[in-house]
Amino acid sequence: MLNYYLLIYKIVYKYINKVIIFDNNQIYFFVDVNRLNDFVFFLKNSLLFKIQSLVDIAAIDWIWRVDRYSIYYNLFSFIYNYRIFLIIDIPIFFNYVYGIGVESLSNLFNSANWLEREVWDLYGIYFYNHIDLRRILTDYGFKGFPFRKDFPLTGFKEIRYDDTYKIIISEDLKMTQEYRAFTFINPWK
Amino acid sequence: MEKVNVIKALWRDHVNKIKNFTLNFGPQHPAAHGVLRLLLDLDGEIVRNADPHIGLLHRGTEKLIEYKTYIQALPYFDRLDYVSMMAQEHAYSLAVEYLLNLLNLVPLRARYIRVLFLEITRLLNHLLAVTTHALDVGALTPFLWAFEEREKLMEFYERVSGARMHAAYIRPGGVSQDLPLGILDDIYLFIKNFGARLNEIEELLSINRIWKNRLINVGVVTLENAFNYGFSGVLLRGSGLNWDLRKNNSYEIYDILDFKIPVGLNGDCYDRFLIRIEEMRQSVYLIYQCLNNIDYGDYKLNDYKYVAPLKSVMKFDMEALIHHFKFFSEGFVVPFNISYTAIEAPKGEFGVFLVSNNTNKPYRCHIKAPGFLHLQGLNMMAKKHLLADVVTIIGTQDIVFGEVDR
Repeated sequence: MLNYYLLIYKIVYKYINKVIIFDNNQIYFFVDVNRLNDFVFFLKNSLLFKIQSLVDIAAIDWIWRVDRYSIYYNLFSFIYNYRIFLIIDIPIFFNYVYGIGVESLSNLFNSANWLEREVWDLYGIYFYNHIDLRRILTDYGFKGFPFRKDFPLTGFKEIRYDDTYKIIISEDLKMTQEYRAFTFINPWK
Repeated sequence: MEKVNVIKALWRDHVNKIKNFTLNFGPQHPAAHGVLRLLLDLDGEIVRNADPHIGLLHRGTEKLIEYKTYIQALPYFDRLDYVSMMAQEHAYSLAVEYLLNLLNLVPLRARYIRVLFLEITRLLNHLLAVTTHALDVGALTPFLWAFEEREKLMEFYERVSGARMHAAYIRPGGVSQDLPLGILDDIYLFIKNFGARLNEIEELLSINRIWKNRLINVGVVTLENAFNYGFSGVLLRGSGLNWDLRKNNSYEIYDILDFKIPVGLNGDCYDRFLIRIEEMRQSVYLIYQCLNNIDYGDYKLNDYKYVAPLKSVMKFDMEALIHHFKFFSEGFVVPFNISYTAIEAPKGEFGVFLVSNNTNKPYRCHIKAPGFLHLQGLNMMAKKHLLADVVTIIGTQDIVFGEVDR
């Protein structure tokens, strides 16, 4: 299996910034943002690799970094039974070639549609060339991007049903006690 | 004359324009399997476009998990897909074991117990899937029969973990408690009779003319589309690909157990129904093998850094008591690592993407739910079908909103 990844690296090393192999033999290719679509197009259509399905997309918020967000793509080939993990780091200054944001993969895989909508909804990362980029998981009219690390766990609004007026009221969150996050970082090892 | 033609054309346009109307299906519709809001563009009774609106059950599980220790995060997984609870605990446990490199250290008995209960979970899920599907299409009786069987299965859950549904039984490093006395005999008694129950359901459905009319050639998924939409599990196997993560990317002890993978031919709802029934029979066979070959060793890892110490040891051993306290307050620290772990949950490929960062809490936990991608394909499957077939298609996708909305 390792040979397979080596082959990918040998053929398209220009697209790959770095490769990280984790302890559990999962290999992550770090790909340039602007070249992601071309790279996946190549993997999908080349007879050697035959990536057939886009299984998963998820964003990670590294709040202290300049390139704050990473997106990971999980691609799968049923014929050869292997996965490819791609990670793109998104620079904070959006100066891309074609537009602002990450190029959507929805022209290659239909499954990218909702998965990218989810990333847009929860992290506010924009995908251009997307078919319909609406919010998906949060409420209608929701403001903010809840999965960013600077968004508080408890949120900003709370919703209740008012029995006298028979309407749903959304108001600012009132808490008698702040959410307490305990840190257990052990100074001894 | 020309003027008349223009007017006729205008009238035709007008008629075409008002022909499609939008129907709001759900969120309270019982056939929507929970809180699905479906905007259907109807042309008469034919569906032209289906736009599912999800997120009405969004609880931010992934965000909550980021604020909990690894061991506290486990019960959230029960509550995702609330009809196949242990399968998801298992995915999470495997992910944590991957991160800690414990995967090969899990004792054999724990693996047998896990597989035993994973297959019980599969029975639980498929019983609900098939019979609520039948309920939506119009057959009430199998639903009542299957729920009696589900009750018995949930009693097994209760006996091992104390909870009927949200068990939190499979944990990183093994299972939380050993099997109680006599449960294997009772599972055997259940399994012995379960084939007959399945036959009853099949007698009522498989050759039923109404059932077949409603299901055959409805919601056809070609293999191409199944790949493209990222389908997995029964929806993929129904389209004719022999694919099961239990066989192809074997985990636990599935590689030494013997079972077959049913594969569909046409990719329609009827094929998927037959596959679910056959998968239940294979699960029964797997449970037989687990009962016969179960190992008599430890049921969890012996490393108190990662699993809770035994109560009996804790009473006499100071160190175990300290471990117990540290385990349940601080948890364990996982070094920086990224992993994606996928298992064959009853609904399809359920994956957990975990990022750890040298603390006791996951930095990022993403849950790859099969239902999310399946529901996305609803538009493709329901197009050009009748309104009543939409119900069939939602049923065959086996949607549970706990995992779709997360």
